[in-house]
Amino acid sequence: MTDSSLMPLWEVFIRPRNGLNHKHVGSLHAADAKMAMQAARDVYTRREEGNSIWVVRASDIVASNPENSDENFDPAADKVYRHPSFYDIPDEVGHM
Amino acid sequence: MPANTEQLIEVVVQIADDHLILGHRLSEWCGHAPMLEEDLSMPNMALDLVGQSRALYSYAAQLESKGHSEDDFAYLRKDREYTNCLLVERPNTDFAHTMLKQFYFAAFMHPFWQGVKNGTDNTLSGIAGKAEKEIGYHIRHAGEWIVRLGDGTDESAERMNDAIEALHPYTGELLEVDEARQSCIVSGAIPEIAPIQTQWNATINNVFTQAKLTVPEIDYPQQGGRAGNHTEDFGFLLTELQYMQRTYPGAQW
Repeated sequence: MTDSSLMPLWEVFIRPRNGLNHKHVGSLHAADAKMAMQAARDVYTRREEGNSIWVVRASDIVASNPENSDENFDPAADKVYRHPSFYDIPDEVGHM
Repeated sequence: MPANTEQLIEVVVQIADDHLILGHRLSEWCGHAPMLEEDLSMPNMALDLVGQSRALYSYAAQLESKGHSEDDFAYLRKDREYTNCLLVERPNTDFAHTMLKQFYFAAFMHPFWQGVKNGTDNTLSGIAGKAEKEIGYHIRHAGEWIVRLGDGTDESAERMNDAIEALHPYTGELLEVDEARQSCIVSGAIPEIAPIQTQWNATINNVFTQAKLTVPEIDYPQQGGRAGNHTEDFGFLLTELQYMQRTYPGAQW
């Protein structure tokens, strides 16, 4: 029943609360967008996990190539000045 | 005019039985669904239905005030004492039959609950507020499948047509108004049937048109459940449903 041409893979993103971001929670098989949305609701929101769902066809996602990991990610390792931790934040600003 | 309590109990138990038996049938799919996604969806919906039956049985027990609980209604009656319509006890047969059965029932219950929600009985109205949302989703879920199966492959269309032939004759009983229901309509606890029938027809026609299916003419409608006259399959269903309470009376968990 999971013939990938009839039932392609979809990735599911759930937003737990208003104001938060959608987070990837898992995947499922479904024939089309409507059915994917229903299945996502049934599979991933049974325990009040969220109030908004995105489904995306897995084949539409462009992923970085693990072979390029070194050149993609290593150069950031020694650039601590990119973290906004060298500023004094006035108390009035509160929590950031 | 408040409904005669006897008749109100009769109607509440009818609706509760419909939900318990349909929910039990649907739960039979747990672990056997054609795909994992449906293996969660169907028991989800079964739990909605069983949950609604619990609320209704509790209300019936309270109205009756004989010290009975929801369990006495659900597990300790004989087959002839259940007054569910025949549609809900029909065997699952295949996925097409199951989705169609859910769809027929949900298409009736959705406008019914909307009417009850605005009705004169506060307890029923409260139950209806929750049930309306749950059953609204059941229409959508089953409806989308019917469209895809009816307008799918040769085999899926054939299975949908077999399901319609087998189950459509049982749908009339959903819309039947007996003396008890009439009394509850007069009291305003449950809605008039004519507008519900219109909405039921519209829901069925809409989905069947999209699914390239035809609503059949029924010459010999099947009925009898409301009077306790059930089909042969019902005994087997009750055997399984009641097993725990019959074997270990009073068992709790």
